[in-house]
This record gives sequence, C-alpha cells and structure tokens, in this order.
Amino acid sequence: MKHTVSILVENKPGVLMRVSSLFSRRGYNIHSLAVGTTEVPDVSRMTVVVDLPDKPLEHVTKQLHKLINVLKVIELEPTASVVRELMLIKVHAEPQTRSQVFELAEVFRANIVDVTTDSVTAEVSGPPEKIAAFEDLVRSYGIIELVKTGRIALGRGERGIKDRQLRAAV
Amino acid sequence: MSKEITGAQALMRALEAQGVQHMFGIPGGAILPAYDPLIESSIHHVLARHEQGAAHAADGYAQASGKVGVCMATSGPGATNLVTGLASSYMDSVPVVAVTGQVPRWLIGSDGFQETDATGITVPVTKHNWLVMDPGDIAQTIAEAFHIASTGRPGPVLVDIPKDVLQAKFPYHDASPVDLPGYQPKTKPNVRQIKEAARLILEAERPVIYAGGGIIAAGAGPTLQKLAELTGIHVVTTLMARGALPDDHPMCLGMPGMHGNYTAVTSMQRADLLIALGTRFDDRVTGKLPAFATQAKVIHADIDPAEIGKNRRADVPIVGDARLVIEELISALQAEFGKGATGDYGAWTRQLDEWRSRFPYRFTQPDDGMLKPQFVISRISDITGGNGIYVAGVGQHQMWASQFIRFQRPRTWINSGGLGAMGFGVPASMGAKVAMPDDEVWCIDGDGCFQMTCQELATMAVEKIPVKIGIMNNAHLGMVRQWQELFYTERYSQVEFGWDIPDYVKLAEAYGCVGLRCESPDEVDAVIEKARGVDDRPVVIDFRCDPRENCYPMVAAGTSNDDIILGPEFETDHETHGDTLYSQDPPEEDS
Ligand SMILES: Cc1ncc(C[n+]2csc(CCOP(=O)(O)OP(=O)(O)O)c2C)c(N)n1
Repeated sequence: MKHTVSILVENKPGVLMRVSSLFSRRGYNIHSLAVGTTEVPDVSRMTVVVDLPDKPLEHVTKQLHKLINVLKVIELEPTASVVRELMLIKVHAEPQTRSQVFELAEVFRANIVDVTTDSVTAEVSGPPEKIAAFEDLVRSYGIIELVKTGRIALGRGERGIKDRQLRAAV
Repeated sequence: MSKEITGAQALMRALEAQGVQHMFGIPGGAILPAYDPLIESSIHHVLARHEQGAAHAADGYAQASGKVGVCMATSGPGATNLVTGLASSYMDSVPVVAVTGQVPRWLIGSDGFQETDATGITVPVTKHNWLVMDPGDIAQTIAEAFHIASTGRPGPVLVDIPKDVLQAKFPYHDASPVDLPGYQPKTKPNVRQIKEAARLILEAERPVIYAGGGIIAAGAGPTLQKLAELTGIHVVTTLMARGALPDDHPMCLGMPGMHGNYTAVTSMQRADLLIALGTRFDDRVTGKLPAFATQAKVIHADIDPAEIGKNRRADVPIVGDARLVIEELISALQAEFGKGATGDYGAWTRQLDEWRSRFPYRFTQPDDGMLKPQFVISRISDITGGNGIYVAGVGQHQMWASQFIRFQRPRTWINSGGLGAMGFGVPASMGAKVAMPDDEVWCIDGDGCFQMTCQELATMAVEKIPVKIGIMNNAHLGMVRQWQELFYTERYSQVEFGWDIPDYVKLAEAYGCVGLRCESPDEVDAVIEKARGVDDRPVVIDFRCDPRENCYPMVAAGTSNDDIILGPEFETDHETHGDTLYSQDPPEEDS
C-alpha cells in the first residue's frame, strides 16, 4: 500500500542520505521523494511516497523518528491533504500533429514551454492521476523524454505539521 | 575564555569534560594532531594492536561499567577497522563514542590518501554520527555525542574530524547545554498503560517476565527483583540480560531462546501473559515468529518506541525507561493488592518447578575422558562464585558460558549478542578489566574467536591488564561444525583447525602472558586456581575439549520453540512429556 509521508528535517549535510539509507536498509520501498526548504530557515521538508506491501506505516514513522535530524513525521491521508506533482514532458509533434498536442495541453491546463520543428515540451502539474492521464494521452505521439518532481503534499485546513514542538525547536 | 587553542586540544578538553578516564585506540596520519595533546591529558589511552580491538574494548568497558566507552582511530583503514565493533555495540545498544581522523577538508571527496567516508560507512551501525567541519564545533559535538550515546536507547556514535580542523587554532568556548530538537527520548511511562498492564497481570494465570538487555542498561536489576518477588512471577533473562536477576534467585528461569533451557523456552510458549521489559523479540528468542507464545497477551515496555510492535503485536505498549516502568508497575500493583486483589499463579509455578527439575541443562563429564567445555565453565563459575565478570566470544562456548555460569549481578556478563562478532572476547575483556580493575575478569573464548583478536594480548601484557582467558579449544569452529553435523548430514566443510596450531601456551608466552594447558578433568580446578593467582599479566589457558560436544538444548533456526531439541543427554529419559527430542524438519534459514 502507498502512503504519503511528510518529514520535517534539520537542513544539515547528509540528512537526505540518512533518510534514504534508512528506507533501503529496512526494506521500505520509496516510490518518490521530493525535498525542499520550508518557511522556517534550517528546516527542510521531504515528501516521501512509500510502498509498504506488508507492514503498517507506523514501523516506518517510528524508525524515522529515531534519526536525530528528523524533527517531525506525519502521514498525509489522501482525503485530508492536497497532493501535487509537476511533470515536464517532451513529445514528438510534427507540424500536422502539433495542434492536437496543443489542444490536449489546453484541456489539462498544461503550459507549452518549448517548441521545435518536430517536438513540443509541456509542463503539467496537478494531482498524480491528472499527470498520469496526460502522459497516457500523449503517448501515441511518441514521448521523447519526461521528468517528474515526485509528489509534494500539504495537509488541508489550518492545521500544519509545524506545530508547537517544531516552533520550540527552531 | 577565548584563548586560542587547537582543535585537537579542544577535543581532549571536551573528552575530559565528559569525565573520560580511559580510551582505546591507535594513532595514524589524520588523527595524529589529537595524539599530541593526549600526552598532557588526564585521559589514559590504551594503545590497542588493532582498531577492532579498540572498538570491542570500548564496548566491554561500557558494558562492564555503564559508562560510555571511547575509542579513537585514524581515517581510512583505521575507521573501517572500527566498523565491526561499532556494529556490535549498535546491535547490543552499548554506549560508545568513536573519534576518527579524516583527511583535511580540502582533500575530502578527492579520494585522498586514506580517505574513506567514515560517516557514510557507519550510518547503518551508529545511533548518529558527525563530520565536524569547524574547530568551533568540536566541543559541542562531543557533548552531543556523549548525550546521544548514553541516553534513551544507548548506542554507539562516531565523530569524524578532518586533520586540518584538529590543527586549526580558534578561540575555545565550552559546550553549551545540549539541545537537540529531534532527539527527545521519552522515559516516563504512560499511567493508563501501566494501569492496564497491572490489570492484565492480576488476570493472568500463566505470566512470565521476559527481561532483556534494557533492564541492565537502565540499572533496573534490583527493581526487577522486587517486581518478581512482589508478584510471584518468574523471569527469563535473555542472552543480553543474564545477571539482571541472580541465577540463584528462585524466580529466575534463566536463558530463553535458541540455546536456552527447556523451562525458559517453554514457559514463554505456554504463557498466557508475557511481560516483556527492555527487550526486542529477537528471532533467536522467538524462534519461528508465528509459532511463538501463541496464547500469550503481551505487555511490551521499551525505551525505543520502534521496537514495540516491530516483531510481535503488543496488547499493552509502554514506552519508557525500564526502571521507571517497573517502579510504576510496582506501585500500581501495590495499590491493587491494597484493595484486596491478588494474582494466583500457584498451578503455573508448580508446572515451572516440575519442568525445572526434569529438564535442567545436562552434560556428562567422564572421569577419565576428554574435557567437556560445560564442565570447565561450571568449574570456573563455581570456583569464582559467579562473582567475576565473564566475557565470551561467539559460538558454542558463548552459549555454554551463558548456560553454566551462575550470574549474581548485572553487568557481569558481556558478549556480542546481536551481531555475534567472533573476536569480541579478548578485547572486550580487556575493556571490562580496565573499567573494573578490582573485579576478576574471565574471558571464555573459542579457539576460532581467540585467533581473530588475540593480538590484544600484547596490549594487556604491556598495560598489565590481568584478565584470565580460558580457551575452550575444540580444534574446530565448533558451532559451525555442530550445524554441519545436524543439518548438513555430517558433511564437514572448512571447520577443522586442529589443536596444535597455534601452540596457545607458547603464543601466550610470546605475548608476555602466562600460558597454561589443561587436558583432563582432574587438572581443571588446579589450573583455574593457578590462573587466579596471577595478577600482573594476562593468563591464557588452553583447555583441550571434546570436539564432538554439541550445544543443547537447541531450537533449530526457523523452527518453532515447541520443537526444542533437548539433545542426547535426554535420549534415555522416557518420561518426557511428549515434546519431540529431535526435530524432524530441516531448518529454514542459516546461522
Ligand atoms: C566474524 C565472524 N565470522 C564468522 C562467524 C560465524 N560463526 C559463528 S560461531 C563460529 C565458530 C566459532 O568457533 P570457535 O571460536 O572455535 O567457538 P566454538 O563454537 O568452537 O565454541 C563461526 C565461524 C561469526 N559469528 N563471526
């Protein structure tokens, strides 16, 4: 089963390695991982999608908590969070098919960010299902290459994972 | 306070500030700057002969004393040689601080001479580690290192310091109080869970206390004894908890697990309540997990929340320090007893006593036959009254030592339980003796293990560290030989060493130690006494033992604890209760 986990970490060298090393040595399968800075200086947020066929997520979160540089770990339930991903996708588009690709892009509110004589690069963002749908639709034109950011997510509503504990910390 | 000193001087000051009295290590290029101010330091540095020895010595030092063990090594090969020791300390939750030199900052990442990524290599085997890139951070890092190593669930940490950081001059400041936002171990148990645990304890008919190494780490031995006496609940002491309750105590059932005794193993299998304290349901204890203690509810208390529910679901999970947990449990139970509640385990106690009298550890020492290692170890235990500190290697002799030594107090049994690192014994006994010079320290070793780290005999001879090392010389890698006999149809492959090479007596003498040999049962007492009489250097005794002796009872790896194999000593015992003496199924996994 796939879970989306948000991990607040101290922004120190080697932290990403500590987290990914933990996942690999414990046999937790990382589906995607995105890291970036946050509103708090010195604190970064990792959004990890982990695939756990036969273990409760609690095993992972407890192990993560043992890492000294990990400040907070929260599971983001799909219904209670906003999940987004961004994809850059380059597809074959000759002059006669180009307009079809443009149309699809418009439907998906994708931005065309590069055009050459026989290719088009689109930038599409949104929930992972939307990205997957766009990818499926343009496949027939021929995908030259693509890249995804990995999922990022935030809990819905006022509640944040930056709670008192973290405020005290930073 | 802002006089300029070097990073190396800051390191020594920081270690002294932590109360470090001893450390074990070997110098080399990158750590050289640290060895210079060491000359003026109050810290006594024991010059090991191999960094693995230094790391195991730090582990033995910590296990024996409860203080943080310290080892130091240079970059590259020095650091990699520490890894086995750190891994052992990590598996056994032993507080150790390792300090390593690193190539200068400007060389990092360039494959410089003797550069290895020490922090990268040790991430999986340390609780935390640091690469210190600024001399101003040394004191604070050392303070954090000791704090992390010794609090919560203890464990090893590593501090890697580039050579130029050690050399740099800077205005020194003492460390400020340690404040780690991501590290807040919880020691006080939750009151509701304690109440719930007390309720289960009063309801149970067949409870067993499953005590692990956390009892020793928390200094909870006497508190545990109080709990056992108050409730009348018997205690099994795992390989990491031997001595947590004295073996002579009537409530102590001894060691459970793969080579545990029948009663300890079976009490857990038949229990309706396991009170697991400071323990982690290791596979060597549980056997085949789905078949482990199937009728038992579980109260699981540990300082490490990640252990709770990791292998076995807990009905009552309690996060906290073992001593605090037991104290709270005792008050909760006393309150219940005050209201007239009682636990009734009479029938269960009679059952346990019956098993104990029928299925003790057994061996037969023929008067004129070959030495049995169990006999030798029993004699060491009896003659020393179980009052020494006993250190073991890994293998059959380790299991026999754990079975046959009658431990009297915590921190007197030291081994590499979780990692099972051969070569642990000699250097760990060195560390134990340095920490506890007034205690008699015995290393029960195997001939295979001994040969992995016996170079530390030189260290001990020079430093006058008088440990007694009894080699149970069975001329084989005995434990592996046993597996080949039992599970590989006696096809012996690469397990024979022979008795005579090396000549352990000459080897001991060459290292400046006393070397003794013992080949028959009637010499055993005399040779032990002779060794006890030496107090200015180590003694090595070559006990020539029966190579065919196997270690029983045994639960073959991957099988159920119900299929405990009692061994040939029970073959003629026709009153057995119906459990199999020999398991039919081949093991599923390897040692
Ligand atoms: C470093 C290391 N290598 C290999 C093993 C596998 N192993 C476990 S016990 C054992 C045999 C130990 O032989 P010895 O020291 O003579 O002790 P005995 O079993 O004969 O008492 C071996 C090879 C190990 N535990 N550690």
